[in-house]
Amino acid sequence: MCGIVGLHLRDPGLYPRLGELLTGMLCEMSERGADSAGVAVYGDPTWTPPGRVAVSFLTHPDHQDPATGGLASVVAAPDAATILGTELGEPVAVNAAGPTLVAHVPAATGTQALRDAVRTCWPGALIAGFGEHVAVLKGVGHPQQLAQAYGLPGAQGWQGVGHTRMATESAVTPGGCHPYAVGPDQCLVHNGSFSNHATIRRDLRATGHAFDSANDTEVGARFVADRLAAGYDVETALKELTTTFDGFYTLLVSNADSFAVVRDAIACKPAVIAEHPRWVAMASEYRALVGLPGIEEARLYEPEPERIYAWTR
Amino acid sequence: MDPVTIGLRTFDLAAVPLRSVNALLHGRPVDGHAPLAIDEAVELVNPRGAHAVAVGLDAPRSVRVAGHVGYYAAGMNQRADVVIEGNAGVGVAENMMSGSVTVRGNASQSAGATAHGGLLVVEGDAAARCGISMKGVDIVVGGSIGHMSAFMAQAGRLVVRGDAGEALGDSLYEARLYVRGSVASLGADCVAKPMRDEHLEELAGLLKAAGYEDDDPAEYTRYGSARTLYHFHADNTY
Repeated sequence: MCGIVGLHLRDPGLYPRLGELLTGMLCEMSERGADSAGVAVYGDPTWTPPGRVAVSFLTHPDHQDPATGGLASVVAAPDAATILGTELGEPVAVNAAGPTLVAHVPAATGTQALRDAVRTCWPGALIAGFGEHVAVLKGVGHPQQLAQAYGLPGAQGWQGVGHTRMATESAVTPGGCHPYAVGPDQCLVHNGSFSNHATIRRDLRATGHAFDSANDTEVGARFVADRLAAGYDVETALKELTTTFDGFYTLLVSNADSFAVVRDAIACKPAVIAEHPRWVAMASEYRALVGLPGIEEARLYEPEPERIYAWTR
Repeated sequence: MDPVTIGLRTFDLAAVPLRSVNALLHGRPVDGHAPLAIDEAVELVNPRGAHAVAVGLDAPRSVRVAGHVGYYAAGMNQRADVVIEGNAGVGVAENMMSGSVTVRGNASQSAGATAHGGLLVVEGDAAARCGISMKGVDIVVGGSIGHMSAFMAQAGRLVVRGDAGEALGDSLYEARLYVRGSVASLGADCVAKPMRDEHLEELAGLLKAAGYEDDDPAEYTRYGSARTLYHFHADNTY
């Protein structure tokens, strides 16, 4: 099954409430997927302060500490800051967000140097996401417990995406947890299953892409990232996705300045969009939107199959 | 007492568990609540998109739901008249046997799926697969319907005041489809058929029952099965 939620705020007055609103949406979708839950938050002043670039990662994604139920990082944030600072030769700030750590350095240092440092210090690390604006938090467990462990209710920002997973085709691990954030400030969540992902994975590998998991959605995310890197806009990239990928999907694709929804031609995976002057929201089911301010006045509709809906900041 | 509220019980779904409300609607005892009289009308407030609201009713009762509902609302309905003052999620009135279900807003996919009888009215649009495998229900949609509607529809009538999406009536049996607007494409074995007097009369009756008596039945086109898939043809094998 799986549940998707996304919130794109138009009114800056709501930015301080992003995490609180996203938590309510995510937890309402717990029944659609209770094995893992991940979120992407754009613009949180602690995780991704201005002038800095951030990398979200799990040092030991395959190790679940029984003492914490996998809800805390194996390496504590201050220790990770020391280790990364030594490797990079400059101070690194690290914040703990449940099992995920979010490190940031001056923009001049760049995400590539920070990602390389993470991989050098912890060769098995999972890079959950990177960029100027996005923090991507992943973990295995119940969405309600994870939301608290991430500190999601206190998060701020202008856009957030969440996913509750019910695994069908790859392992229940942080690597299998959505969102897939494989390009700078990009993020993709998926409800459904791609049936021809193995073929497309081979094609992408042949052009130099490396994969973190055996998950079908990661193939979709790397496909979109590849097209965006080639200069496509989001709508063109998603149009090509609809003609390349076979299977069932409702996708929510975000990056630093956009938020887009697309469904496959059969459109059996649910989706509801709500538009309000203060925000745009999308969820697998209407009940996830009930707590949004002004939902009574919002325009509610179901996205049509193979039509790309996109909003920009 | 306000005469309008005589014999009306209101339940707040934000306060009373849905299972308790459905049990009361089924005539079963629930601690802390007086049983419902057989014909006592019910109003449900704060549905907040919940699934399975007012499912499995089996009494001639009027039920009004004040808000949007989730999946399978009023599913398996028998004899009750349910009005949803909002949008409905997947499978509203699925497998309805009799009675009526009215959705004032839009309905998601598979509205009226497999329903055997009764009347389903969706005043807004219905999404994909409206009336899939319908087995005798009457469905009237005020707006348009999505793709693959009336797929394998066996019996009953589907009336669409707007347009129909792709593959209307694919592999249709003996259901009759009436569409006023355009049809994006017809599914396998579904064809347009002439409107004879009995069809104009039947359609006028359905429109009246759904509150659209001002529509001119002559503006509609009838679609039905060409009946070429009923029997095995060697040409259809691969």
